Amino acid sequence: MTTKTVTPHRSPVTPERESFWYLVHAEWTKFRTVRGWVIAVLLTIAAITAFVFVSSDVSSSCVSSSGPAACPVQPTGPGGIPVVDAFYFAHQPVTGSGTITVQVTSLAGQVEVRQAGNGAPQMGPGLEPWSKAGIIIKENTSQGSAYAAMMITGSNGVRMQWDYVNDTPGLAGRVSASAPRWLRLVRDGGTITGYDSPDGTHWTLVGTATLPGLTSTVQAGLFAAGSYYDSRFCTFDSSFCTRATGVFRHIGLSWPATGWTGTTVGAPDFGVPARGTLRQSAGTLTVASFGDIGPAAGTAYGGNGQSLQRALAGTFFGLIPLIVVAAMFITAEYRRRLIWVSLTAAPRRGRLLAAKAVAIGTVGFVAGLVAATLALAIGTPLLLRAGPLAWPVSLLTEARMVVGTGALLAAAAVLALAIGTIVRRSAPAVAIVILVIVVPYLLAFGPLSGSQPQGSGPGGGGGWPLQITPAAALSVQQAVPQFHQLLAVYPLSNGYYPLAPWAGLAVECGWAAAALALAFFLLRRRDA
Amino acid sequence: MSFTARVAPPRYPLGQALHAAAAALKAEWTKFRTVAGPSWLLAGAVMLIVAVGAAAASAVRCQSAKCGIDPAMVSFTGIGPGQAVVAVAGVLAIGNEYSTGMIKLSLTAMPRRLTWLFAKAAVLTAPVLAASVLAVAGAVLAGRLILPGHGFTPAHGYASLSSATDLRAAAGAVLYLTLIALLSLGLAAAVRDSAAAIGLVLGVLYLFPIAAAVISNPPLARHLDQIGPLPAGQDALAATGLKDLALTPWQGLGVVALWTAGALLLGALALKSRDA
Repeated sequence: MTTKTVTPHRSPVTPERESFWYLVHAEWTKFRTVRGWVIAVLLTIAAITAFVFVSSDVSSSCVSSSGPAACPVQPTGPGGIPVVDAFYFAHQPVTGSGTITVQVTSLAGQVEVRQAGNGAPQMGPGLEPWSKAGIIIKENTSQGSAYAAMMITGSNGVRMQWDYVNDTPGLAGRVSASAPRWLRLVRDGGTITGYDSPDGTHWTLVGTATLPGLTSTVQAGLFAAGSYYDSRFCTFDSSFCTRATGVFRHIGLSWPATGWTGTTVGAPDFGVPARGTLRQSAGTLTVASFGDIGPAAGTAYGGNGQSLQRALAGTFFGLIPLIVVAAMFITAEYRRRLIWVSLTAAPRRGRLLAAKAVAIGTVGFVAGLVAATLALAIGTPLLLRAGPLAWPVSLLTEARMVVGTGALLAAAAVLALAIGTIVRRSAPAVAIVILVIVVPYLLAFGPLSGSQPQGSGPGGGGGWPLQITPAAALSVQQAVPQFHQLLAVYPLSNGYYPLAPWAGLAVECGWAAAALALAFFLLRRRDA
Repeated sequence: MSFTARVAPPRYPLGQALHAAAAALKAEWTKFRTVAGPSWLLAGAVMLIVAVGAAAASAVRCQSAKCGIDPAMVSFTGIGPGQAVVAVAGVLAIGNEYSTGMIKLSLTAMPRRLTWLFAKAAVLTAPVLAASVLAVAGAVLAGRLILPGHGFTPAHGYASLSSATDLRAAAGAVLYLTLIALLSLGLAAAVRDSAAAIGLVLGVLYLFPIAAAVISNPPLARHLDQIGPLPAGQDALAATGLKDLALTPWQGLGVVALWTAGALLLGALALKSRDA
């Protein structure tokens, strides 16, 4: 009699079937073979792309009190950026390399101190944080020309600023007769270096500005500017504008002196022929002016241009079908009991969830990438019909907007998958995700987000609904910059968000990661 | 040997139809009250509407006369997110029948499909109406307790917070929430799938105001505010600044009612003409 040897059972599963990517492939197969889901994701792409035609419908004519009028044009500076360049300039022409040095003994001014009963501002002595006076080397007196300046500010100490957007701090503290500040600008070809000193002997380097293509002959001199301040009344009556007055002594020019000329840079406002005044007496020059010199962002921008983000305004329309699909990616398994099969085939539950997240996240990312590329390609020329953009957009920024939209959709899909795993039911999962992603954007326009006071500066638009909810990720599409040295109002409706682009996306990713962690914990703990 | 049975053709006299409707109502009511989900959902909606309303009332300040803030709209801020929960309740009333397969049993027991849909809608309406009254009363109460301390005083032109206009705004809020629940029920009957239905309902609700906010074509934005159920419904909640609204309050509620009627009609047609 022979005994039959029984070979122990060996699983026919080949090693590659143990790999994580095999699971991802299985999940991808589940996704692509459900026709409704594929259609919904195509709908996501189509909705974002098609909404461009609605959102870029921007009127190219403007309306004034006396009917249709030509749109106001914002002056542009180096690189085509819109600038505010309107101040009083006491200058003389200088050629070649050289130095200008000055002692500032006082910075005073006029600001809005309170509001009268009828809503009009009451003006009184005082300074805005960015009221300024100092020395400047500027290519010429026309608006938008290149410049570099050393200045005293209302409450931000000594600063060096150049070409409208750059700002570097120097000595801190306020200026007074007992604590004067010495400022110096040294021109060497296309490079201008700024120094400051408390006593005129010990100098500290503040910053170095490179102004490409600076002409040999430039204008050097003194300036004052009241700082941009969004007063409704300043646009009607110049006596309601904030002003700054700088007192200068010991003015030293290494170039041959030709005498000071006072010029109003920019067109005269309000029929006032000169924006400021220049007084000279016994070695002391006093320059007083309203206006500003800096970037034109937020409400400081007066043109008709739009933020390029307008081309991506359909993101919400695309999000809803994607959220439905991503939630159903797991809730349908529960409803059809497919989850039993899935967990039998892949008993390590965390790996199953991770494979699902990778599959649906990739679908969302690719959908966002394709949709944003199409939307920008179609939307950019449409928006440019109405005039130049509110801020020129570099290729790098466009790439961030496209990749960011992909990441926004991917994180939303993963969040929906995680919430779907947690609640295991389609309708509540979809509703929760829409509530935390879409509704905060609506709340940001309402009273809950708080009002933005005038002069609140960057980070104002939208308030907390766009800071702590997943909707914060919309800031990754932001196409207009904010400047700490420009205390304008940055409204949400003009495309300004309270968080920096990647910071906003990080908030959404944090939500998705936290939800995924909870989903992982519950999936392992609960019976399916 | 042959046996022939004569089956009498079914006759539906009025009395019998009413009896069937009453039986359907009773059956659906039994289903509704013996499942915990809907009650929790409606309780959650009430809490969300009151809590968000109280938070909004705490956040606003009226600094001067003519500050242009409508205290009723502030109190009803919670309806913005709260209606999503009500919509989930409306969608699940039908969606659960399909997802559990219960629909086959329901339609076997109640072959008159429209009677069944009517019973579903009626059984949903009563508790949603009750929850809406609670939510709106809580939000109004929170507003009346908090807002006077935040500058909404007679000196700033907010003499009374319980005028006929405020009552009309509160009634509008209750009716709005109920209409949204029925709109969700109708769309769920048309789509049959809970996830797709809730996506559709919340898309219809929230995308109109977002589109109106992001487009820069004022006439088109105003039209979107007139035809969208959420912005039109918001007009029904307003108590001040009625002249600046895109629609009068009752017109706004009328637009929402049209959406609801359309959704219910769509649901009824789909239910009647399709296999379940």
